[in-house]
Amino acid sequence: MHIIFLIIKREYLVRVRKKSFIIMTILGPVLIFGFYAIIGWAAVSSMNQKKIEVVDESGRFAGKFKNDDETVYSFPKKSLAAAKKSFVKDGYNALVFIPKDVIERPKTVQIFAEKSVSLSLQSNIERAISKEIENIKLEQAGITQKIIQDAKVNVDAQTISLSDAGEKSSNGIATTIISGFCALLIYISVLIYGTQVMRGVMEEKTSRIVEVIISSVKPFQLMLGKIIGVALVGLTQFLLWIVLTVGLITVGSTVMGQKETANSAMTARMNGMPGGQDVQSKMATAKNPVADVMAAIGTLNIPLIVACFLFYFLGGYLLYSALFGAVGAAVDSETETQQFMFPIMMPIIAAIAFAQIAVRDPDGPLAFWTSIIPFTSPVVMMVRIPFGVPGWQLALSMVLLVLGFVGTTWIAARIYRVGILMYGKKTSFRELAKWVFYKG
Amino acid sequence: MNILETHHIVKQYAEHRALDDVSLSVPQGCIFGLLGPNGAGKTSLIRIINQITAPDSGQVLLGGEHLNPSHIKRIGYLPEERGLYKKMKVGEQLLYLAQLKGLTEKQAMEKLKTWFIKFDIKTWWNKQVEDLSKGMQQKVQFVATVMHEPDLIILDEPFSGFDPINANLIKDEILELRDKGKTIIFSTHRMESVEELCDYIALINRSHKVLDGSKRAIKEQFKTHTYHVEYKGEIIDLPPAFDVLNTLTTDDGFLRTNIKIPPDAAANDLIRYLLDRVAVRSFGENIPSMNEIFIQTVGEVPTT
Repeated sequence: MHIIFLIIKREYLVRVRKKSFIIMTILGPVLIFGFYAIIGWAAVSSMNQKKIEVVDESGRFAGKFKNDDETVYSFPKKSLAAAKKSFVKDGYNALVFIPKDVIERPKTVQIFAEKSVSLSLQSNIERAISKEIENIKLEQAGITQKIIQDAKVNVDAQTISLSDAGEKSSNGIATTIISGFCALLIYISVLIYGTQVMRGVMEEKTSRIVEVIISSVKPFQLMLGKIIGVALVGLTQFLLWIVLTVGLITVGSTVMGQKETANSAMTARMNGMPGGQDVQSKMATAKNPVADVMAAIGTLNIPLIVACFLFYFLGGYLLYSALFGAVGAAVDSETETQQFMFPIMMPIIAAIAFAQIAVRDPDGPLAFWTSIIPFTSPVVMMVRIPFGVPGWQLALSMVLLVLGFVGTTWIAARIYRVGILMYGKKTSFRELAKWVFYKG
Repeated sequence: MNILETHHIVKQYAEHRALDDVSLSVPQGCIFGLLGPNGAGKTSLIRIINQITAPDSGQVLLGGEHLNPSHIKRIGYLPEERGLYKKMKVGEQLLYLAQLKGLTEKQAMEKLKTWFIKFDIKTWWNKQVEDLSKGMQQKVQFVATVMHEPDLIILDEPFSGFDPINANLIKDEILELRDKGKTIIFSTHRMESVEELCDYIALINRSHKVLDGSKRAIKEQFKTHTYHVEYKGEIIDLPPAFDVLNTLTTDDGFLRTNIKIPPDAAANDLIRYLLDRVAVRSFGENIPSMNEIFIQTVGEVPTT
């Protein structure tokens, strides 16, 4: 046991001290944070309001245009000619001219802008005017705003998932994002760390140190020590990523939060008009997509997901890294690894494909079976867990995964022990099969 | 007392039998040459002694006990194909290897200090192995082999890759270790170092042990009872029992003749005979070199 600990320590320290590890550990959260920042920035910048000056000769529209997140209207008492000259200087994005007889001749509305007007802005204005004309005409016909408002019923469906813990509102999209993210992370990390094990074994073999080492320790101890050492490197990296990401996001959202409130307060003050109050309160409650996801995450069973993630990462990693280790032992050079890598990569790549199906249909038969079979279960089960998985399925999948990695480790150890001492021989699959049954 | 005994070792690989009924006895405190052509089975035997592989049948006894994992720390092994972790620092690496052999970090540190002073390589401690020259790496590897003070040291081609100065340094170390009572098994096919260092030898050829014993006894066994004489004059009327094999002229004008005498005859008879007839400059027995013994033995074994 002491010996394995020594090996684990060396494998761990050698990797953790590497520059590439330190760079990846710092870069990972920065990338995640960058991604988050872009979403946040997009959310904030889409709230940049367009200010529009309206010269209303008909006098019917003042205060009738609803100010919203995207557009703010103002109605100065100016002639068209004067407004045309000054609207750019006054900081307006566009000038809308509504002639006196607009109700009779709606096509006479004109929009002026320094740059060309975006389609969405144009349609917004058109919609606003036509809605107003519609309102005016309805009012003339004796139907008041109140009646219209009452007639409109806003349907906003909320998905509720029924679980033992009772009804909890959940967000389908957020769940999908979380489960996809977990599955992808398992897939990528199993590949990255599995390959690291393979390279480590090959390094020992090609540098010939392996013969010195295995005159002191059993090949199995060396292989296991390496696998566990690299696993700890992976866990360290995850831990640092989580700490750094959470740290960055906390700092980031504080900064962004402040900016948002400042922004809305300013626009409200500048407008200085009856609608201003409305705008401000609206913006405060405006849905921020990030906050949305965060809220949805809150409804998920986070401890279960994290625990399962760690379990399936370790299980999947152990299962595959033993095989990667065996490949490293079987070959003499990197180029020879290709033929052996292929059959190992197949199931794990297939798992990602199955995962995409499982996202859409988490309880379908394909998702069920692939989340039970050890070779695909780490990825597919991670997709299913956020949607909720019956306890017995989870238990079955976990037990099979444990049996799976015990099995692959056993086979890999037998290939490994022969392979590391075999030089200058091209190995075939038949050869590998023979090695498994060699004795002593 | 024998530190190592192997009894009837058989190791079978899929296609061929690497070792067939190999029995050896290695006395304690000697330098034991394990000889044989490439592919004879030397490395297979060494791997069995190191418990890297196990024999299909037969036994290995170390200090009278059946080979078991506790023996690992009593053996030091320098493989022919040697290497170190290239990306690790010398000191760190040696500490690691010493701990794998069962030393504590503190013990290892003390032992390494002495070796680093002895080899005058103190400045290497924090160097990456890949920054050292090949010869320097070999030195580090030698230290790694002996630092845990094993009773049995197995060196597979220890001098390959060393320049003459460092080869001498290592040779002196080997002799010193023997004088301290350690046993060294020395696998090589460079016969001049066998001639120089070994007390005992075993010759393995085609998976079989074909020869073993003390170097002196083996040379005795391979003696051909031939003598050489350098002289001026002419050898005539030699009794028929004395068989003149050949005569050469030396650079400085003497004649050199090889003469074979019957096993039961005494060399003195030949000397007496020669003294009466020619002016003798030198006389001596032709002792077979290890090289000759090796070639003779390996060449003689019939192909199976």
